Amino acid sequence: MNPILEVKHIHKQYANHTALNDVSLAIEPQKIFGLLGPNGAGKTSLIRIINQITGPDQGEVFFNGEKLAPRHVEMIGYLPEERGLYKKMSVGEQVMYLAQLKGLKKNDAKAKLKEWFRKFEIENWWDKKIEELSKGMQQKVQFIVTVLHEPKLLILDEPFSGFDPINAQLIKKEILELREKGATIIFSTHNMGSVEELCDNIALINKSQKLLDGSVKEIRRQYSSSIYNITFRGNLLGFTNAVWAGAEFLEKKSEDEVHTVTLKLLRQNKPNDLLQAVLNSGEILSFHEVIPSMNDIFISVVEQKQAANTQSSFTE
Amino acid sequence: MNKLFLIIQREYFSRVRKKSFLLMTILGPLLMAGVFIVPVWLALRDKTDHHILVLDHSGLFINQLPNSKTIKFTYGAESLQSAKAKLKDGPFDLIMEINGDPINGEKTTPLLYYKKQPGMSTEQYITNAMENILFDYRLQGDSIDISKIDKARRPVEMLTIKVTENGKDEKTNTGTNMVVGFVCAFIIYFMIFLYGSQVMRGVIEEKTNRIVEVIFSSVKPFQLMLGKIIGIALVGLTQFILWIVLTLTIQTVTMNVLFKDQLADTARQNAQVEKVMKNDLTAGVDKMQKVKSPNEVIELINEFQNINITKLLVCFGFYFLFGYLLYAALFAGIGSAVDSEADTQQFILPVTVPLIASFIIAQTVATDPDSSMAQFFSIFPLTSPIVMMVRLPFDVPAWELLLSMVSLIIGFLFFTWLAGRIYRTGILMYGKKASWREIGKWLFYKP
Repeated sequence: MNPILEVKHIHKQYANHTALNDVSLAIEPQKIFGLLGPNGAGKTSLIRIINQITGPDQGEVFFNGEKLAPRHVEMIGYLPEERGLYKKMSVGEQVMYLAQLKGLKKNDAKAKLKEWFRKFEIENWWDKKIEELSKGMQQKVQFIVTVLHEPKLLILDEPFSGFDPINAQLIKKEILELREKGATIIFSTHNMGSVEELCDNIALINKSQKLLDGSVKEIRRQYSSSIYNITFRGNLLGFTNAVWAGAEFLEKKSEDEVHTVTLKLLRQNKPNDLLQAVLNSGEILSFHEVIPSMNDIFISVVEQKQAANTQSSFTE
Repeated sequence: MNKLFLIIQREYFSRVRKKSFLLMTILGPLLMAGVFIVPVWLALRDKTDHHILVLDHSGLFINQLPNSKTIKFTYGAESLQSAKAKLKDGPFDLIMEINGDPINGEKTTPLLYYKKQPGMSTEQYITNAMENILFDYRLQGDSIDISKIDKARRPVEMLTIKVTENGKDEKTNTGTNMVVGFVCAFIIYFMIFLYGSQVMRGVIEEKTNRIVEVIFSSVKPFQLMLGKIIGIALVGLTQFILWIVLTLTIQTVTMNVLFKDQLADTARQNAQVEKVMKNDLTAGVDKMQKVKSPNEVIELINEFQNINITKLLVCFGFYFLFGYLLYAALFAGIGSAVDSEADTQQFILPVTVPLIASFIIAQTVATDPDSSMAQFFSIFPLTSPIVMMVRLPFDVPAWELLLSMVSLIIGFLFFTWLAGRIYRTGILMYGKKASWREIGKWLFYKP
């Protein structure tokens, strides 16, 4: 499938620091894409370029195969990290205004807005001023502003910061529903744990450069470290003897006769080999692979990179 | 274009619907009308009565000082001590003791004792009266006929008449010209400050609210800035028109209620003037010389009609509009560079200095409207909206006016471009304290 958004060799330089250094991305339609990286990595700079708030110094962006142009703003919905609305304006008027700026006709905007208000059960908010609403309520309004014009591409910068768990759940549900309806979603966050179970694809960004990208499954497989967690009732010593040659023990926990062991398989050993070895030592209660979190992967990639850098600086 | 219209609409209605707008719209004319009415009312209002006991040791002024509506003189010969006792509870509220021998040319310094300080006008009245008595007395002493002096002393009023291109005479009056020019200049000055700072506050609001980022994902920064400036200009225009309408209404109403008698007098006098004019026409006498306006208000109106009203109004509109637009852009630029209103101080100064300076320059311009300084500052775009308005009633050469207008338009385009560049960078910069250096760099950023 052709990517809905393609970022090609983007450079962005501010006075004395490089925000983006040769970043390229391709985002497939109807997928949830995670743009992950620590604060200051360049995520917001990239998002601002996609939103045409700023322009790149070098490189190009393509939307649906076309070079990014002003008319594309109507097909993009943006929830910035720093949220805000006009405090003194009423909710209804405000959303109507922002929707019309996104190119919606007045009547369409009104109909759609009523629908969303019904959905979020906030019909009686129309005439309320933003400053009268709680922070969580404001976030709901802000979310509606972002999606009201039914954008093909939805860009959410730190979407769950500031939402209480109930609202966060609600928003998650809506986002998945929007994807079903055909929208593509970009999540940008430094809190990788918060979105990894939602994302289909991700890109890791650090210090203005893309470290890696791909499908979450693929990346996990690539970075899987053959670490398993096994819980059994029986003889720990026998178990240790049975597997010691094929595995490295990382963690042991024992309570009465129940033992929980985290270990890393060495060489060509497969989980089945491990299980066979354990079968004689007792009753297996649980067995699962310890999947590396995006956070772990990120840290290990950054470390690899740093090691490579130091090495290259030594050889120079 | 459609989006710009939406922005203008929001900026306009969100302000016009505010309670503070309504309040200012109502209070403004009350204040303005107050400025006109209160002095008149104060002047007409009965003053406090004074009853003065005069202890004249020179004898020159006894029974000579004229009583007025509010000031009454009584003459006594008692000692100051006993008179002061009367001051405490007696009928007099002032005692004047006159010492010295003015009859023989000695200087006299009257002493005025009071319980409650009399106003300046009372003192003025007494000293004037005494001076007149002294003057007459001395002339009589030198056997000079006072009536001859009175005849000899004639006031002179000057009419300045401009000979226009087509050879017609036009009556002008320097005083009125100055007043008209100043009023126009002041309105422009006031409106630039009032609404320019509203633009600035609006920009700061959007920046601190962080709504800009949402808006910029829909429109270009320049569109938002322009929309805000135009929207607020329309608010200013609305308020200005409402002020004029309300002020005129209030004034007419109060004039009719408070100053009914005076107005009736004026009307009667007007009728008389017309009569005289008709007679003059038949008599073939130059009416200009003979007809003297019965009161100053009518004179002012007559003179005002001699200034080219259409030209003045067109120029006023032009300088008002472009002066505001130029400064509003600068105010928007400042607003985008700061994080809160408290931080605006250091940036606002260089913008307000030319504004305030032009108002000071305007005063010297009024006394010499064709000096080279006047020429320069009425063409320089940062000062021309105010300085040119003061110069305008004195008939500025067409080429200068044209040059001034063109340079104001160019200045407006330049400063808006400049402010736009600062704006689009500054408004997305948070937390960083901007310096002049920093802002200088923003000018060269790629968007």
